[in-house]
Amino acid sequence: MSGFDKVVNSYEEAMAGLEDDMTVIAGGFGLCGIPEGCIAQIKKMGTKGLTVVSNNCGVDGFGLGILLEDKQVKKMVSSYVGENALFMKQLLEGELEVELTPQGTLAEKMRAGGAGIPAFYTATGYGTLVGEGKDVREFDGRNYILEESITGDFAIVKGWKADRYGNVIYRHTAQNFNPMAATAGKITVVEVEEIVEPGELDPTQIHTPGIYVDRLIQGTFEKRIEQRTVREA
Amino acid sequence: MALSREQMAMRVARELQDGYYVNLGIGIPTLVANYIPDGMEVMLQSENGLLGMGQFPTEDEVDADMINAGKQTVTAVTGASIFSSAESFAMIRGGHVDLTVLGAFEVDVAGNIASYMIPGKLIKGMGGAMDLVAGADNIIVLMTHASKHGESKLLTKCSLPLTGAGCIKKVLTDLAYLEIEDGKFHLKERAPGVSVEEIVEKTEGELVVPDHVPEMQF
Repeated sequence: MSGFDKVVNSYEEAMAGLEDDMTVIAGGFGLCGIPEGCIAQIKKMGTKGLTVVSNNCGVDGFGLGILLEDKQVKKMVSSYVGENALFMKQLLEGELEVELTPQGTLAEKMRAGGAGIPAFYTATGYGTLVGEGKDVREFDGRNYILEESITGDFAIVKGWKADRYGNVIYRHTAQNFNPMAATAGKITVVEVEEIVEPGELDPTQIHTPGIYVDRLIQGTFEKRIEQRTVREA
Repeated sequence: MALSREQMAMRVARELQDGYYVNLGIGIPTLVANYIPDGMEVMLQSENGLLGMGQFPTEDEVDADMINAGKQTVTAVTGASIFSSAESFAMIRGGHVDLTVLGAFEVDVAGNIASYMIPGKLIKGMGGAMDLVAGADNIIVLMTHASKHGESKLLTKCSLPLTGAGCIKKVLTDLAYLEIEDGKFHLKERAPGVSVEEIVEKTEGELVVPDHVPEMQF
């Protein structure tokens, strides 16, 4: 690695420094746009006690769901965890903690975390369990709750293409939480389908500028579909 | 007769206007997309980051990178845009979506809504529902009027954990269309063949019934 070249050649290198009890922020929505290779590497490393911040927790046997198999996750911060039987089992048996967070609040917590904003007020969750114990303030006659932002020791991100400098483009709805996650990691690891030379991507089309990216790796992806729904041709 | 799922969707579709940006929740609300009137342009927002959601793909068009908020494979219409989750919720929380349609377990006279959790039973999470009800001004809740056991879902006070407080003004059930104002339900329309008496009986929260309650036409 030299200068702005962020490329690493192995997932060992990509996830080096991950330790027990760290916080990992992951991009993805359902199984769409998830960093499959980084997740597999965390499973391989056997790191335990992790706090994982991700909209969902994969499904049984795929995505973040595989980290539950060896009880590597201590706590999930998610908006929806309904697709995963093992998750429910561990939750009900008290082996896993979950902080249910509204989806927009979760996205904003990551965005704010990456932008150096420690907290923000939002109307979302006021008057609900989510708002309990949180500071309430009225602006223009409406009540808002104070939500704290999130940063992670690691952020793991799935992009489509990137240049060696770590400028990333996402594809279709596989973008989702990835750009926010990318900003919020002390160490941000991005895995992509294709790495190109600087200059090959149009600068005006970059979603995540390379300044946020610490390590870049080219991966291969299964891209499993959760709900294949088709119409007649 | 109580409205069918399709009739509920058809009735909600009458609230659409040309040029509306609309978010449809999972379940019956999704069906509203099938009844957009001819000649009217409506863009559907999917909160995972798609404005201009199209129909399901053909087998050949299936793309793992193109899904909706229900994690189903979808397509995008001509003129669609795709963006991040933060951008998606900025448009929702910033009040830019013209109409939001979502399901619920309970609604009460104060405009509170419970739709995401049944303690001890269902703890899957709220997804984007809390953001949608807090951010939108024009929300229609779609649900059955009473449970299978006949217990009203239109209450004096919600019994389940809230998704949002004081944010619901319009409710369409399988029996009636109602609005919430001044801490009361107001009966506006009834399903074809459904009596005012039945609606009164199945509404636990205070209900204001005008002299004439028009019957919905299909």
